[in-house]
Amino acid sequence: MLTDLIGTLAGAVLVGVFGILVALFLMGVDRIVTARMQARIGPPLSQPLTDLRKLFSKENVVPANAIPWLFNMAPVVALASAITILLYIPVGGFPPVLSDGGDLILVMYLLTLPALALVVGGFSSGSPYATVGAQREMVTMIAYEFPLAVVIIAIAWKLAVSGIPLPFLLASVQANPVWGLVGPLGIIGVLILFFVLIIVTPAELSRIPFDTPEAETELAGGVLVEYSGKNLALFTLTQGVKTVVMASLVVALFIPYRLSALLPAPVIMQPVLDLLSYLVLVVLVAFVAVSLIRVSMARFRINQVVSMYWMYISIIGIAGMILIMVDHILGVV
Amino acid sequence: MNGDTTKKSTPYTVPIGPVHPALKEPVMFNFLMEGEVVKSVDFAPGNVHRGIEWMGMRRNPVQIVHLTDRICGICGIVHSLSFARAVEQIAEIEVPPRADYIRTILHELERMQSHLLWAGVAAHELGFDSLLFLTWRVREQSMDLIENLTGNRVNYGIVQIGGVRRDISNDQILLIEQGLAYYRGLLDQMKTVFLDDSTIRMRCRGHGLLSYRDAQLLCAIGPTARASGLAMDVRHDYPYCAYGDLDVQPVLPPQEFGGPQGDVYDRIIVRLLEIAQSIDIIQQCLDSMPAGEVLWEKKLPKLLSILKKAHGEAIGRVEAPRGECMHYVRMDGNDAPATWKVKASTYSNLMSWIPMLKGEQLADVPIIVASIDPCMSCTDRVTIIRNGSADDLTKEDLTQLSREKTRRFSRC
Repeated sequence: MLTDLIGTLAGAVLVGVFGILVALFLMGVDRIVTARMQARIGPPLSQPLTDLRKLFSKENVVPANAIPWLFNMAPVVALASAITILLYIPVGGFPPVLSDGGDLILVMYLLTLPALALVVGGFSSGSPYATVGAQREMVTMIAYEFPLAVVIIAIAWKLAVSGIPLPFLLASVQANPVWGLVGPLGIIGVLILFFVLIIVTPAELSRIPFDTPEAETELAGGVLVEYSGKNLALFTLTQGVKTVVMASLVVALFIPYRLSALLPAPVIMQPVLDLLSYLVLVVLVAFVAVSLIRVSMARFRINQVVSMYWMYISIIGIAGMILIMVDHILGVV
Repeated sequence: MNGDTTKKSTPYTVPIGPVHPALKEPVMFNFLMEGEVVKSVDFAPGNVHRGIEWMGMRRNPVQIVHLTDRICGICGIVHSLSFARAVEQIAEIEVPPRADYIRTILHELERMQSHLLWAGVAAHELGFDSLLFLTWRVREQSMDLIENLTGNRVNYGIVQIGGVRRDISNDQILLIEQGLAYYRGLLDQMKTVFLDDSTIRMRCRGHGLLSYRDAQLLCAIGPTARASGLAMDVRHDYPYCAYGDLDVQPVLPPQEFGGPQGDVYDRIIVRLLEIAQSIDIIQQCLDSMPAGEVLWEKKLPKLLSILKKAHGEAIGRVEAPRGECMHYVRMDGNDAPATWKVKASTYSNLMSWIPMLKGEQLADVPIIVASIDPCMSCTDRVTIIRNGSADDLTKEDLTQLSREKTRRFSRC
């Protein structure tokens, strides 16, 4: 019992540190790749780390009309909840630390926590820009929740009807790639769901074209406008960890493949191969979902974000789900 | 969903400015918002008043020409040309034809770089940073050309009363032609990138509307007026420099894009087409460039003594990239002019912000504000200080002041 607890604690710390490292790495890669696509050179890979070190050494300004305890608590809650999600999803090719404690439904709820913390922080900072930003963050959150739920439910449903126990558990999703369970129609359906999840990712991460809550040109940073120093560093880190979370989630749901299964390798080498394949996949997903979309689009208006997710992306997601269902019914018949 | 937030919330104020990432130059906006929608808007310029006219009234016209270069960062030719033309009219100086052509070429090169700069800024305001970087990289070619021709990237110091200070050599003509070929090859690509992009169209089509009537009533000028369908262009209506010899028509949004509707999208179209027009004008100038002198009087002391004897008043009008720019000069036989008044193009376009912004979303404020290409440091001529703090002048105050000034003028 005690050893279990210590093991879990050690795992949690390890995953936390690993998550932050991967987050810094992904942020660095994103900045370089984006710069290259915009005909710039871009900063060195270590720039996010340098930025954070600088931010941590800066003064933490609390505005006069802010609610200090809420204002200071929000970034801590945001980072803590983002790291907590990492404990429930497979990271670095290893099974999740708390694999028996929670499933995809829990992950979905946990995903809203950093965003909620951001909203609370925005409202408590007492600036009109932050208030507008926080309102937009809430609206965005409500907008992308439904397509996200459609994706997760569709996959879990397929797993369930295929006779796999505990379909919502990420370990079972990881062990049974959904591609192998469906027929040709279903593959199109899964491809559509994959696309939907990729489109949900930039909204979840508040990146262009869905960075309306921060909207540099109109809101001067929106929810984050009053944050500085350590608090801003924590929020930046949260953003990075959320990128890892979303990329890992996409990898776990749709590309749960490992090199160790394909290459004959000694047992000791297997974790290294797994880690390597995980990193490659995560960077790929982050590249497509964050960098590529970011450089090729303008920012949407908040009503465009909402109509896009509630109308188009939801309809596309449901179409994917229906395709999987039809495929299943045809397969059974 | 958005409807929900609008219904629930009571109006609140969002101040934007005087310093804000949406604004490239300081101006104070106060928005009364209902949810995300702008209910009403008020703005207050006057934050970058530098007293340039005051400085100028203590200098002679040749010194002022170089001061006018510094009124605006990217409209050096516009202001110096406008001032020089006012003084040339007073002193009855005839500019040599070659100088007129060189002035036109530089004027159009300046328009190209100004519109490209604006296009990049507009892309950034829309949150499309890739386009900002690409546009500004393309802009460098025109900046290099200007630097080659005048010696400077900004504050060119090339216009002189009675001509220009540098001739264009045959080698430089080759360089200009290379530059024109470069931009000609890019035009289609730029149109595709800006006009066929669905996110840009979603954000700009039908937003920041300025109707034909409003544009007329508010005396809008330049691309802002032309996007609303007003066919006006000083280069066409009141030709100066070499424009009388050239084929210049006001650029209106063409039928293929649905004709003039007066929205932000139309302002993008007009500016992109004006880049094409500038290329064409420079080509026409190069093809028919006359030989000869480039200065009416090379010896500065002689020029100054002639200017000192000049009496009278005149207005120099020039079509700046942002619209008509006007310099009023009055000389009374002294070294320095008796009066020098600068009316920059943005001054006439500021009021069109009010109908454009009303009813729009907060998200569109930056691009709508940027869509008239505001230049505050060109515009800010006065700041009223009463009892130690900034104050406003009402219409009555202004009428009173103008009457006093007219009386003062009629006495002298």
